[in-house]
Amino acid sequence: MSRILEGFSLVKRKGVEQPIYGLAVRGVTKHFHRNKRTNNKIHFYQKIRQIFKPEKEIVRAVDDISLAVNIGEIYGILGANGSGKSTLIRLISTLLIPDAGSIQVFGDDVVTDSLKVRRVMNRVSVEASFFKRLSSAENLIYAARLYGIPAAEAERKAKQILERLGFDANRMNEEMEHLSRGMQQKVAIARALLTTPMLLLLDEPTTGLDPKSKRDVQAFIEEIRQERNAVIVLTTHDMAEAERLCDKIAIIDKGKFIAEGTVAELTTNTPSQNGAPATLEDVFIALTGKAIEEEE
Amino acid sequence: MLNLVRETVVSYAFIERNFNLVKRYLSWEILFFSYSIVNALTIGLIMVGRGSSEDVLYLVIGALIWGFLSIMMREVSDAITWERWEGTIEYTFMAPIYRITHLVGSCLFAILYGLIRTGLVLAIMPFFFGEHINLGNANWLTMSVTVLISSLSFIGIGLMAAIFPLLSPEKGQAATGIIQSVLLLVSGIYYEIEVLPEWLQPISKISPATYTLRSIRAAILDNASLGSQMGNLLLLFIIGVLLIPFGFWVFHLGEKYAKRVGRLKRSG
Repeated sequence: MSRILEGFSLVKRKGVEQPIYGLAVRGVTKHFHRNKRTNNKIHFYQKIRQIFKPEKEIVRAVDDISLAVNIGEIYGILGANGSGKSTLIRLISTLLIPDAGSIQVFGDDVVTDSLKVRRVMNRVSVEASFFKRLSSAENLIYAARLYGIPAAEAERKAKQILERLGFDANRMNEEMEHLSRGMQQKVAIARALLTTPMLLLLDEPTTGLDPKSKRDVQAFIEEIRQERNAVIVLTTHDMAEAERLCDKIAIIDKGKFIAEGTVAELTTNTPSQNGAPATLEDVFIALTGKAIEEEE
Repeated sequence: MLNLVRETVVSYAFIERNFNLVKRYLSWEILFFSYSIVNALTIGLIMVGRGSSEDVLYLVIGALIWGFLSIMMREVSDAITWERWEGTIEYTFMAPIYRITHLVGSCLFAILYGLIRTGLVLAIMPFFFGEHINLGNANWLTMSVTVLISSLSFIGIGLMAAIFPLLSPEKGQAATGIIQSVLLLVSGIYYEIEVLPEWLQPISKISPATYTLRSIRAAILDNASLGSQMGNLLLLFIIGVLLIPFGFWVFHLGEKYAKRVGRLKRSG
């Protein structure tokens, strides 16, 4: 038996009520093996050996990360390209299996209860991945059917969402490849919201969008936060976006969280620049030693 | 617990999506359809003037069944290749559906699509071969039941074939051709399996295509009744019942590996 209380769900275990976060990540690590590259000159026999038995190196994409997000909260993850943001999102969305640690969505484990988790979750990624020769309506109906939503209901809901995002619903029957990147991204957001997810993973949803589309998407995320008690995780390398939308922000570098807190908490602990109050960008530079664009 | 009604409805999503894609690539479909006709003609014409009408039909049946099998295998592995190429595979794998629903949906489309294309080629053959193709003697009931039962086995093989594009978008598609080639070699598509070297013949006994061809040839050439093919069909059914869970298990291992090493991420 569980009940909702001030953003937490309480579950009774062995007679004791314990809080369940919307999303709880505990000590998660994910590393990949990749072929070691060397710039040094190597002998012919070493080259042959490299072909048949390549030397591997370990890349720690996500390194002992923990976080907890309450219901109704937007949690931002700020980091440069290759810092581990998307790997973390893939781990949460059951597309990767963690090497260590655990991830729970509303109390269900993403590895052992993956089907249950997938029912309450959806994701928008930086690439709007679709069948490009199909129309947005066909793509959305296909996606909705996978969640057991009938075609007519999917079309009606998609129209509503797309219109709120400033997408001309009359273009729903156009092939995706004829739509601009911004329009495709709006369709991607509609695809995620069609299923009314309780956990929404937004992986750089506004990267590469024009300012108008970016504003539309950001305004819509704010609307969702107000209307629904969903858990939202937003990864971005846009400081202003993180500042505008997120209740709490973590800064990730080389797979590790190096800071976490509200915007106020993060900026207060950073020395001000030229007398002006420190910005999120100052915090990022102070903590990582580089500007966020450097690695892009 | 697997909710059969819900999962059946969900598997329709894959059938609908794939037929939508067929519509969008209609000109390519016409091209591939023409290729299927040319292929069947090339094989059948080998016997015209050299053997009896029965011999011509023997080869044409081989070409058509081989065409059907090739379409089946290609469409099933395409279901994964295409999704990797478009980058949608992560969304399909994130959806709250059983993998068996996903794969059976793709296989059902492949069977339907293969039947439609093969049926159309079969309907066109008499225009080219004239009196050599006489389907008046065919037992359509035996033929239909054989296709239905053999589909179980081909779904199982399709599930195994789909693992290759899951692991490698570049080379996986071609790797499914290996399974096809082995089937072509051992199943007696264009010759009797007795002509194979003795050490190869046991493999042909476990190939579902061997029994499919045997029953379909018997149905078309000798008007064989369903009862006379029971032994063959029972074997075909047993192979199918064993191959589906085995194919699913193999795919499950591949999916687990892909999720462990991060192979789902990259699109082709």
